[in-house]
Amino acid sequence: MSLPYLALNGSLGTGFREESLEAGLRREVAFIGVDSGSTDGGPYYLGSGAWIWSTEAYERDLRLGLLGAHRLGVPLIVGSCGGGGGDAAVEGYLAMVDRLARLAGIRVRVACVACEPSRDLLVRKYRSGQLRALPGAPAIDEHTLRQPGHIVAMAGAEPIQDAVASGADVVLLGRCADAAIFAAIPLARGFDPGPVWNAAKIVECGSAAATNRKGQDSILCTIEDDGFVLEPLDPDLRCTPGSVAAHTLYETADPYRLVMPSGTLDARTATYEALDERRVKVRGGTFAPADVYTAKLEGAAPVGYLSSFWGSIRDPVILAQLPSWCESLQTAIGNRLATTWGDTYKLDLKVYGANGTTGEKTDAVPREAVVVFDLVGDTQEAASGMARAAYHVALHWPVKEWKAGSITTFAHPYSAPVVDRGQVFRFTLNHQLVIDEGERGSVFRITTHEVGGA
Amino acid sequence: MRWEGRDGAVTDLGNATRHFTLIRSKDAGPFMLTLDLFFVDAPTREAFVSAGVFTADRIGELYGVDPAQVQIFELADIDALKISFPRPVPSGEFGDTDITGGQQYAVLVDMIAGLEIDGRSIRDPGRG
Repeated sequence: MSLPYLALNGSLGTGFREESLEAGLRREVAFIGVDSGSTDGGPYYLGSGAWIWSTEAYERDLRLGLLGAHRLGVPLIVGSCGGGGGDAAVEGYLAMVDRLARLAGIRVRVACVACEPSRDLLVRKYRSGQLRALPGAPAIDEHTLRQPGHIVAMAGAEPIQDAVASGADVVLLGRCADAAIFAAIPLARGFDPGPVWNAAKIVECGSAAATNRKGQDSILCTIEDDGFVLEPLDPDLRCTPGSVAAHTLYETADPYRLVMPSGTLDARTATYEALDERRVKVRGGTFAPADVYTAKLEGAAPVGYLSSFWGSIRDPVILAQLPSWCESLQTAIGNRLATTWGDTYKLDLKVYGANGTTGEKTDAVPREAVVVFDLVGDTQEAASGMARAAYHVALHWPVKEWKAGSITTFAHPYSAPVVDRGQVFRFTLNHQLVIDEGERGSVFRITTHEVGGA
Repeated sequence: MRWEGRDGAVTDLGNATRHFTLIRSKDAGPFMLTLDLFFVDAPTREAFVSAGVFTADRIGELYGVDPAQVQIFELADIDALKISFPRPVPSGEFGDTDITGGQQYAVLVDMIAGLEIDGRSIRDPGRG
């Protein structure tokens, strides 16, 4: 028994070769999957609900995936709509599928999986000790769970299986474990969960496990009785035992263990064998079912509005005393802001070119450095006003050596120099939600829709 | 490239580029940072590991984190080392300077450049 499937790419909207998709469709894949989410860009996307890429970029990839899946009559599964995986993004993707299906003249059954649990449910869970802190998690209380912004639960394979079983052509999920997109159907068909989850963990990045990559692309995975085979769909790309094994390290804290709602993958026993120059067969990997069903929670809450400006310093006299210059300037800006905005401001200086990137202590004097000034206030108008006031203080902040008159301390490329960056957020949660028997449907809410035309 | 550092320390970027095919860092979720080191071959991996260059204490000191929170995985079959620990500043927190954590590996490159390497003998003069 074997089951081939296709991952469009590592992030919907970042592109893939149309020829690669066509090559995959000729292999009679059982489904097409693609991940659309990420926390790599920070808390903004989850907090605001904004999408990571543009509508045009999403629609190009989604149209090709939708039509390909329609042609074969197999499901298309899209995880973590918008990036953060909030409920509004799932609705937005549904509208996008409707628009694309109308243009193509096809009717499509869509199952949407909303993954923002109600705040009442979360508070009840917190009170009953069913929110468990994960490593590095911030401290939380009930207020954390009532803050504005968004809190999402990460769906595993089970809500996807329910959606597919309902007869959906397309499954659109809010926040979803990347690997669950690719594990749901193979698990439902009865394949060994060890290799199924190990395969899913690797293919969720598209062709990233291959060498000789030219950009984002699709990959074919075939689940077999004793493992799985990975094969890039661009003939110029190769999967090798080394490239596949190396990819298992990428952006994960633990290279072997993957915790899912229903259990944990242990990939320590995995072996990688070259079938030929381009295909790798992977065997092994075990999956230990969990005693209790859990879902990882992610949360992002607003902290205010940001305005920024930055200045490039080249004068070696200023650079030679940069740390003390920045320190006295920070105090001076604070004093200036306090006269007008009281204590409602937050100010941060980052000195890129000196030690801003890592924050290390260093005695080295840079040849040039860029100071980034960040101001956060309660409104955009306040933040912008603070930044403009801070700009004026910084632009002429003196050094004792240049004593005969006023100096101008930095270069900046833009008129006007202050950039209003909108609302800013912080991640508030890194916890596991324990989901009791019969409770899953209230955390992950499935609705079905008939969309498209003709 | 080889030069005299500010306090007389000799640093050699070749220590990093000769002995490693890739050194990188990345966020692993908003609250964790992970470092990947790929050695050129097994003897090189063994030499670095047995010299105690990558210990939880040394990593904790370099990145300002509690050594008890530092996880180190040795992947012998691909001659790699993975090091993970909670980020001192979570991704996107006010004051964060590297949202993806993508340049945090540079601290390791500096440390490796400052090692005294003579054949398979490796000494870390910076170790306190």
